[in-house]
Amino acid sequence: MAITEQECKELKKRATQIRKDIVDVTGWAGGSHIGGALSMTEIMTLLYWKYLKVDPNNPYWDDRDRFVLSKGHGGVGHAVVLAQKGYFDPELLKEFNHSGSPFGMHLDGNKVKGVDASTGSLGHGLPVAAGMALGARVRKKDWRVYCLMGDGECDEGSIWEAAMAAAHFKLNNLIGFVDRNHLMIDGFTEDIMSLEPLAEKWAAFRWKVYEVDGHSFTELAAAIEAAQAYNDGPAVIIANTIKGKGVDFMENKPGWHYGGLNADLIAKAKAALDREE
Amino acid sequence: MSGGLTWNVYDADKLTQREIYGLVLTELGARYPEIVGLSADLAMSTKIGTFGEHYPDRFFNVGIAEQNLFGMAAGLAKAGLIPFVSTFSAFASMRAVEFLRTDICYQKLNCKIIATHGGTSFGPAGSTHHATEDLAIVRALANLVVIVPADALETANAVRACMDINGPVYIRIGRGFEPRVYESENYGFEIGKAVEMCPGTDITVIACGATVFHAVEAAKLLKEDDGLSVRVLNVHTLKPIDREAILKAVEETRRIVTFEDHNIIGGLGTAVADVIAESGKGCAFQKVGIPDEFTIIGYPEDIMHYYKIDADGIIEKVREVMGRDFEADEDWEDEV
Repeated sequence: MAITEQECKELKKRATQIRKDIVDVTGWAGGSHIGGALSMTEIMTLLYWKYLKVDPNNPYWDDRDRFVLSKGHGGVGHAVVLAQKGYFDPELLKEFNHSGSPFGMHLDGNKVKGVDASTGSLGHGLPVAAGMALGARVRKKDWRVYCLMGDGECDEGSIWEAAMAAAHFKLNNLIGFVDRNHLMIDGFTEDIMSLEPLAEKWAAFRWKVYEVDGHSFTELAAAIEAAQAYNDGPAVIIANTIKGKGVDFMENKPGWHYGGLNADLIAKAKAALDREE
Repeated sequence: MSGGLTWNVYDADKLTQREIYGLVLTELGARYPEIVGLSADLAMSTKIGTFGEHYPDRFFNVGIAEQNLFGMAAGLAKAGLIPFVSTFSAFASMRAVEFLRTDICYQKLNCKIIATHGGTSFGPAGSTHHATEDLAIVRALANLVVIVPADALETANAVRACMDINGPVYIRIGRGFEPRVYESENYGFEIGKAVEMCPGTDITVIACGATVFHAVEAAKLLKEDDGLSVRVLNVHTLKPIDREAILKAVEETRRIVTFEDHNIIGGLGTAVADVIAESGKGCAFQKVGIPDEFTIIGYPEDIMHYYKIDADGIIEKVREVMGRDFEADEDWEDEV
């Protein structure tokens, strides 16, 4: 078993705290891409608190693992994780989205410590991550690159250009995630532009595919360790998730791709998260 | 320049811009182990393949996928390497432009884009393969240095010099049939500094890339036939542009004509016009290039003749601008 019950318990607690902070930042910011930030929380928590070899005190450590948030609009979730990891003072997040703040909705790697790639425009993160993984090979380094994509993002042709290249170059140090929450801005993925059969698509592009419950630490951990052990090329973990996870009035609601929260909704959101815990 | 090095001297009469680029990059590859090369199924056409033959472990052909080409280059730069990326100018500046902008320029990454087949140099291929918008597009990308070498020797200089810049550089070269402009590589190439190809006091012709050769030829003929003293400036770096050399030319010759193998919107002429307009100095001014239209098909020399950016066209346009009434500004000194 990749993960102990005790670890699971602690990670769950951490995830709840991350979700609550996302709710707070959404309030301070006047709005955020909260739905997709909540769906990816377990993936982020597990990576940053168990698998990523990084050092918040030395964010540019050459041998670190790289993390690329290809679904760059999840920046609010990434920023909360980085703050909790100690990359910067969490107080700074009170300025999220504000004029002159280093934090915009899509994080700028030149302004925010711990952000390995500036993303936001969809379909860019996987090509960049593939380049980083190839760079490790050229430099004879053993870092891994983890890249978290959105499911709607997989409409972008450049994702598949990079997918083809990562398999061609047998980038076994590259592990992708698809936050499969089934929603995009205009509605459900299968209504707007159907992705299925998604696992078969990745497999046809010669990626090793794992499909898991994206809110289960046990399943995610098992998949990550299997992907790490897979040597023949890149691996992708399709994480089935719920957009808005943990906040009952947001779950599976297309309208909560982006939204703001007043004091009343913040209280309701936190109460819902307490009930989940 | 990366000081104290003895460079190979290439035979620019026999080698094209692209061939020399390939050789220079190979030479740089020996000195800089962090250089990697990338292309999108144009390794042979762009001559970056020469580097690949010498350093197969540092060369990657990503197939016909230009978005991924630039995205992966960004990742390689993020990994501490110095990627040289080569494809045709049309694809570098248009098919992949958002990846160039967001992944490379926004993050100010140390990537060098060597875009070949610039302007109308791939003439018979037709407008899909002409790049008459690339300079307008890439000039608007923040953090990006933009260089258009005049010939193969200047290409060698530019490719070497771009290593001294810790950031993205776009070098636009032709298909490789540009006549030689310089006698040797030792004329003091410096990024951001225009080269005065011919001294002159009556009018200044400003050129870059393929039009420089023709401007020099035209200046010689105009001297012989019309007794005109034509200054020729090779503004090989479009960004950052050499404001000083341009304003000096305005002050000393008061008539400026720009010639470029590019749409007259947004390229060399526009860059020069910006400098002049912002200076508040008056002068007779004319931009010559591809008018706002998709180019005709043909051999590059025929296309250049058609759009009046070859020596014949330059002579015609210079005569036109010399004949133009221009009221000299008596208060010039006050304004300086």
